[in-house]
Amino acid sequence: MKTTFLDFEQPIAELENKIEELRFVQDDSAVDISVEIGHLEKKSQELTKTIYGKLTSAQISQVARHPQRPYTLDYVNALCTDFEELHGDRAYADDAAIVGGLARFNGQSVMVIGHQKGRDTKDRQYRNFGMPRPEGYRKALRLMKLAEKFNLPVLTFIDTPGAYPGIGAEERGQSEAIGRNLFEMAKLRVPIIATVIGEGGSGGALAIAVADTVMMLQYSTYSVISPEGCASILWKTAEKAPDAAEAMGITASRLKTLSLIDKVISEPVGGAHRNHAQMMASMKKAITDALKPLQEKSIDELLDTRFERLMSYGKFKEVAAV
Amino acid sequence: MSWLQKLLPPKIKSREPGAESKGVPEGLWHKCSACGSVLYRTDLENNLEVCPKCSYHNPVSSRRRLDLLLDPEGRFEIGAEVQPVDPLKFKATKRYADQLGQYRASTGEDDALVVLQGAIHNLPVVAAAFEYKFIGGSMGSVVGERFVRGARVALENNLPFICVAASGGARMQEGLNSLMQMAKTSAILTKLADKRLPFISVLTDPTMGGVSASFAFLGDVVIAEPGALIGFAGPRVIEQTVRETLPEGFQRSEFLLEKGAIDMIVDRREMRLQIAQLLSLLSKQPAVAA
Repeated sequence: MKTTFLDFEQPIAELENKIEELRFVQDDSAVDISVEIGHLEKKSQELTKTIYGKLTSAQISQVARHPQRPYTLDYVNALCTDFEELHGDRAYADDAAIVGGLARFNGQSVMVIGHQKGRDTKDRQYRNFGMPRPEGYRKALRLMKLAEKFNLPVLTFIDTPGAYPGIGAEERGQSEAIGRNLFEMAKLRVPIIATVIGEGGSGGALAIAVADTVMMLQYSTYSVISPEGCASILWKTAEKAPDAAEAMGITASRLKTLSLIDKVISEPVGGAHRNHAQMMASMKKAITDALKPLQEKSIDELLDTRFERLMSYGKFKEVAAV
Repeated sequence: MSWLQKLLPPKIKSREPGAESKGVPEGLWHKCSACGSVLYRTDLENNLEVCPKCSYHNPVSSRRRLDLLLDPEGRFEIGAEVQPVDPLKFKATKRYADQLGQYRASTGEDDALVVLQGAIHNLPVVAAAFEYKFIGGSMGSVVGERFVRGARVALENNLPFICVAASGGARMQEGLNSLMQMAKTSAILTKLADKRLPFISVLTDPTMGGVSASFAFLGDVVIAEPGALIGFAGPRVIEQTVRETLPEGFQRSEFLLEKGAIDMIVDRREMRLQIAQLLSLLSKQPAVAA
């Protein structure tokens, strides 16, 4: 598959095009230019490293939304065996923007749940661009309750611009569906690991991200509102989105510094989409490492730790009462 | 000069004709924004800020709200010691730190939630109310922490917890800290549920976004004031997304009742008695005398 390059990656794109051309020439040429190609490939790698070494928050949010980025089902299929997708909220519909089901991770039964985006136009529409409706969150909750009943760890993958802002979604209680999940996940009696793999868009992300361990991919984002939304409210123009992205602190490294997440998972040079296999290997290791200590704890200890962590969120000062 | 003018003291005499109307103390009259009736300010106040002509519910401050709800005696504030900071050194067109100061000056509150321990018709409770005029009643770290401290007092003393929401959603200026307040406030409610302590959630105009999508709909009983805008996404965002005009009354209390999202709509003038009645039923106490 041909890599889609983002605007700030244009210098890399030019080099890659040149390499492509040389390869084409080499096919019907007597002269061996493989050394030249190798040299250029190395240069491209170096350039990518340099560019990715100093990405702005706005650029990271572009990488997080990259159309070739691995999505939930890519991880599930690569990391798990025997995936059995389970559908529907048993009340209204099956929401394709959230997928979930039983699977084996390192041979162990688990419940996997995640936002799902689509690859092509038709698929994107079918997945509603990864924006769930209430029935998606209710399906997720149903599967979490199922996991609790059979004592299976829950692995969630976060990748959504946000919960869907639509008429039907409001009519069917989008707010209640999200709030209910926050409540139930705080006391779900099995380990939960949440990993932000792309966009962690606001309440629509949090609704499946209350967990014992919260991880983020290096170039994923997690925010209270989209940079565009924040900019249009506080700057009165969506064009200030890059400033908003910087000001809100939406990147994995910043959120780790602020102690709002537990771990940053490194991505391959140039982002997860440049090397799926390598990304899958890092993800597998990260989840394996995260799951072990959680399963060694008693469930009551786990719940106490989860609760205390939730209570610790927020920054304020305390002054003596007047 | 008439005999009357001769009698008047010079200060009044010097006034230009027509100055009388300017002499009326500001805010003595109030024009209802819903029906346009001109109301005597005191009448409106005595009517709990509800228009006596059309029953439009005017916004009320957090202190006034709690004043209308609780018995006058035995009130203690909870969480006043919790004060906002600017964790991200956030700056948009204004600096968040400056904004906090400005809103403190304009509202007299230092954040968007006030929590009091008290009683309703002699039933002891903990009650919280949002201050919408403080950055749109947005929920940041202080709101979350005060909510939790209120709930903890309820837990320690086996009291019901009441929250009156009026909020645009999460406070963007505190970044992800604010989003996490949704999880924090929802999580503390699991402890109230474990102890079978009632949580009554009252939704007023407006209750949106992160507040709506966390504790607001987790009430054992969810009550709304008439005509309040309540929802996850704002009407403008929805309109831009779906590119159609929203139905009449969309996201209003009456619409939510019809869709099964809330238990009841209660007029502000009945709220205190209604909550007391619900609490007495849930805690198997005798009926409350009106």
